[in-house]
Amino acid sequence: MIALLAFYLFATLTIASAVAVIFARNPVHSVLWLILAFFNAAGLMLLAGAEFIALLLVIVYVGAVAVLFLFVVMMLNIDFAALRSGFTRNLPFGIIIALVLLAEILIAVSAWKAGPGISGAAPPESAQPNIVALGELLYTRYLFPFELAGLVLLVAMIGAIVLTHRSRGDARGQNASKQIRRRPQDAVRNTNPGVGEGIEL
Amino acid sequence: MISLAHYLTVAAILFVLGVLGIFINRRNVILMLMAIELILLAVNINLVAFSAFLGDLTGQVMAMFVLTVAAAEAAVGLAILVIFYRRRGTIAVDAADRMRG
Repeated sequence: MIALLAFYLFATLTIASAVAVIFARNPVHSVLWLILAFFNAAGLMLLAGAEFIALLLVIVYVGAVAVLFLFVVMMLNIDFAALRSGFTRNLPFGIIIALVLLAEILIAVSAWKAGPGISGAAPPESAQPNIVALGELLYTRYLFPFELAGLVLLVAMIGAIVLTHRSRGDARGQNASKQIRRRPQDAVRNTNPGVGEGIEL
Repeated sequence: MISLAHYLTVAAILFVLGVLGIFINRRNVILMLMAIELILLAVNINLVAFSAFLGDLTGQVMAMFVLTVAAAEAAVGLAILVIFYRRRGTIAVDAADRMRG
C-alpha cells in the first residue's frame, strides 16, 4: 500500500516536472525541473528494486549531466525570449503529434499480451542484493560491452575537450627542452657585494 | 500493488513529453537536448521495469549502457553548442544554415 502511494507520488512528480521542463520560460528553471524529474525517476527505479541504476541516475544525471547543462546555460549570453518566438505557433502541431504518439503507444501496450515469464504482480525477490547480482553479470557476461562503454566515455571526453579547446595567442606554454638545456654554470652567479651597495641584476 | 503497466504508462507519458518538448522548442537547442534526456529517461524506466518484472538483470545492464551513451551525448552535444555559440553568437537552430541544409 505504501509502495503504491510512493509510486503515485514519484510518478506524478516525475511527469509534472517533465511538463515544467518543456514549458518553463527560463532555461535555468528547466534544468532545475530536470533535476527534480531525475530524482523522482530514481525513486521509481528504487521501487522496482533497481537500487544500483537509481543511484547511478542520481550520480550521473544530477551530479554530472544536469550540472553540465547548468554551466552551459549560464555561460552563454542568450536572449531566450527571442528563441521562444515559434512557441505558440508550434504548440498545436506538437500537441497533435504528441497525442497521436501517446494513442499509438497505449494501443500497442493494450494489444500486448504478457509472456509466461512476466508476472503481472510484484517483482520477484532475489536472493542476493541488486548490486552484487549486477556486478556479477557486468564483469562476466557483459565484460566486453562494459569496457566498450568506458571507451565511449573516453572518446566523448576527448571529443568535448578538442571541440571546445581554443589556443590563445598570448598563452605562454612550457618549453621543456629549453629548461632541460639550462646548466648551473649559466644560471647561477656568486657575488660578494659590499655592505649597503646592493647587487646588480 | 504496483504492476508493470504502471511503469509502462509513466514511461510512455514521459516519452511523449520529450517528443513534445522537441516539437515546441524548435529553436532552442539546449531545451531540445533536455527533451532528449527525458526520452532516454523514459527508455531507462521501461528497461528497468521489464528487468524487474522479468527477474532478469540484463535490462538493468542495458539501462546502464543507455545512461553511458546519454552522458556522452550530452557532453559532445553541449560542446558543439558552445562552439556554435562562439561562431554565430546565437543557439537558434535556424542559424545553422552554413551548409545550406
